[in-house]
Amino acid sequence: MTFRDIVPIAVVIALLAFVPAFVTANTVLNFLVFTLIIALAAQGWNILGGFGGQFSFGHAAFFGTGAYAAALLQVRFGMNPWVAFVIGAVAGAAVGWMIGYLSFRSGLRGSYFALVTLAFAEVLRILANAATFTGGAAGVLIKLDVRPDNFQFESRGAFFWIALALVGAVLVLTRWIERSRFGAQLVAVRENEAAAKALGVDTLRVKLGAITASGAVTAAAGGLYAQYFLYVDANIAYGTWISVEAILAPIVGGLGTVFGPLVGAVALHGLGEITKLAAGSVPGIDLMVFGGLLVAAVAFAPQGILGLLRRPGQSKGAARHA
Amino acid sequence: MLEVQNATKRFGGLVAVNQASLKVAAGSITGLIGPNGAGKTTLFTLISGFEKPTEGRVLFEGQDISHDEPHVRARRGIARTFQIVQPFAGLSVLENIAVGAHLRHAKRRDAMARAEEVGRRVGLGPELDKSASSLTVAGRKRLELARALATEPKLLLLDEVLAGLNPSEIRDIIPVIRTIRDEGTTILMIEHVMQAVMNLCEQVYVLAQGRIIAEGPPADVCDDAKVIEAYLGAGAAERLKREKVHA
Amino acid sequence: MYSPAIIAEAIVNGLMTGTVYALIALGLTLVYGVLHIINFAHGALLTAAMFAVWVVYETVGLDPYLAILPLTPLFFGMGYAVQRFVIGPASHGNDSNILLVTLGLSIAIENALLAGFRSDTRTLNTDYGFQVVEFGSLLLSKPRLIGFGAAILVTVLLWLLLSRTDTGKAIRAVAKEKFGASLVGIDVAHVYAVTFGLGCACLAVAACLLMPTFYVNPRIGQAFVLVAFTIVVLGGMGSIPGALLGGLFIGVVESLCGLFLGDSLGQIGIFLIFILVLLVRPTGMFGAKA
Repeated sequence: MTFRDIVPIAVVIALLAFVPAFVTANTVLNFLVFTLIIALAAQGWNILGGFGGQFSFGHAAFFGTGAYAAALLQVRFGMNPWVAFVIGAVAGAAVGWMIGYLSFRSGLRGSYFALVTLAFAEVLRILANAATFTGGAAGVLIKLDVRPDNFQFESRGAFFWIALALVGAVLVLTRWIERSRFGAQLVAVRENEAAAKALGVDTLRVKLGAITASGAVTAAAGGLYAQYFLYVDANIAYGTWISVEAILAPIVGGLGTVFGPLVGAVALHGLGEITKLAAGSVPGIDLMVFGGLLVAAVAFAPQGILGLLRRPGQSKGAARHA
Repeated sequence: MLEVQNATKRFGGLVAVNQASLKVAAGSITGLIGPNGAGKTTLFTLISGFEKPTEGRVLFEGQDISHDEPHVRARRGIARTFQIVQPFAGLSVLENIAVGAHLRHAKRRDAMARAEEVGRRVGLGPELDKSASSLTVAGRKRLELARALATEPKLLLLDEVLAGLNPSEIRDIIPVIRTIRDEGTTILMIEHVMQAVMNLCEQVYVLAQGRIIAEGPPADVCDDAKVIEAYLGAGAAERLKREKVHA
Repeated sequence: MYSPAIIAEAIVNGLMTGTVYALIALGLTLVYGVLHIINFAHGALLTAAMFAVWVVYETVGLDPYLAILPLTPLFFGMGYAVQRFVIGPASHGNDSNILLVTLGLSIAIENALLAGFRSDTRTLNTDYGFQVVEFGSLLLSKPRLIGFGAAILVTVLLWLLLSRTDTGKAIRAVAKEKFGASLVGIDVAHVYAVTFGLGCACLAVAACLLMPTFYVNPRIGQAFVLVAFTIVVLGGMGSIPGALLGGLFIGVVESLCGLFLGDSLGQIGIFLIFILVLLVRPTGMFGAKA
């Protein structure tokens, strides 16, 4: 990775950082923070799904682990929320490694891998919904105590910057993956696992590395969510909605690209808001559009929005028409 | 360099490779021939580690590697090509080769430089930036070869790299293979194109119904009655001999 | 702690639920066996079928059991069209694309239903909904008993269709070797669509059998689809007897887990079985080895 690889990321993040200077309406900032959290979760998914070709349908397992760890460690054990947030990301990495170890060791791939990740997320959801330690169905409420060292801020803008900084950090991480041996091997595994093995790629180790990083990033999104809304329950944290969001954004934005998840999350939620404005408060209308978009993206724009923007003939990144 | 000792591979009731033994001397080009379904590719998978032998051993540079995973064997210096080409379809030709080069070069810049060099050597120079899926059959065969070479192997296993090529393409690639050997890589090749086998190999093993039925220099092996019968059926050797006498 | 009578009742109830599960799983396994795809829209399509039953009951007063007659062909046709004109063309014949397209369809259908019907839970008030049949010391729900019989009947019919008719032969040929089938003149895209249609028809029947004792809301399919996946994986992807036996087994497991662990944890037994089977023997108990 060279300095030139970082420049576009730095420019995008720097431009976005000015947004709170112009936008002060709480509803808009709320929307932006939420979109960044989704983008972060999707960036996590993209490492495993976009670069590694392993489609997880259960990234809620990581999001929820990050969210619950952040909430429970401070509520039950009085831990500093910043520390709890970091531990949450580490816990997400650990859950990722475990799910990866169990499923990749058994040779699960494709639909089977999608199904098993879905099942793991559901098991965690049911457990979190039933256990008293996690607050059962009532969930966990984080006490309002606005202090920066308590990871709570007077202004929503501060939260926006933190979310943006995390998204930026993962953009850099993803760029590094793209430019590294690990990334080359990960993409090789996506394109053809047997050929990768023959070329000396330790495919199990590479996939485990990807799911561990993926779990950590998506768990960080979960931790941020808990800290922002100061509340988690099982259906939010481990719900299928977040697994779906994490899949949608990279595919719509550009699978296996550095900016894909961010572009996809912004595009989807921007469109979602427009739909809601246009159609009134009909529940589900925005998601209905998302579902249609997913089908349309696979059918007409397999490389997502970024693929459409790129000049024709210059196709790079994920090709799913193998 | 490579020694297979009494390797047997069973799939359920089917014995694909039966007590096969062979030796590949360092610096040689050794051929493995035999009729379709003889178990040649299965024997290759035992050597490259994609399957483990049911019985017997595989030794590489004197060490037992029978239970090593494929990527471990690649690190030790064994590279293979696939009979049915397996390109990374979504990547460019250069990126394809770079995956192989990354085995010995951690840095991207080094791996890319190495990949470019190998690509040019096998004649893919003009195609390096094209998508691997856009290559012709001959191009894909070269890509298989380039990727394997990029891992800087001591032993190269070639599984029918000439199949599907036309005579002029075959003529082009034979010197490439010879040069690879001359630069220090030992080669074991499965090949049906006898012209290439006669041309390149010092030593040939013949596999039929999972067993090694003959070995020796290619010219000798082709006259071997057992080999002729393996290809053409029982009694064929006798008939051929009679026809020669009458002619 | 639990008397044998309670446990026996739980088992019998589980078997009855299990047959309807089996019917849902049957559609899924059929599609998997032939198209080799996992249809994530299966749950949403079931929800759509259940709403269809509710709508015809509320608007024209059509009895759910009679609704089988119009809804089964309707859903067959809809399934045919969805596969032929949406899933097939959109996925460009790539497995992971199919996964995503069916996921997209499932999101779109589910939320269209949410937009149309809102999130309220709806039930049918049939006069036989709560009737019971005495069976020795057991009290069995009459509609569920009917469901039990009908589900087995449909399974047998489907099996006959596949093994005895020309369409069935074509379907099995495509399942085994689609390239070979296309060489002998079978229209593979058509057979795919027919299979998908049959899968949806199974859902229509299942919805009609479920509605007298069950409720519907836009998210109901999710609960069923995961159970159906479990059954399909357990029974072996593509295996029809596997789906039936798997369905019965899962019905009993769920019923017993509910009895011993309570409702909120009841489903966990299913998922643990699911994960275990996937990790240990993804070809299932009845499926052919991949």
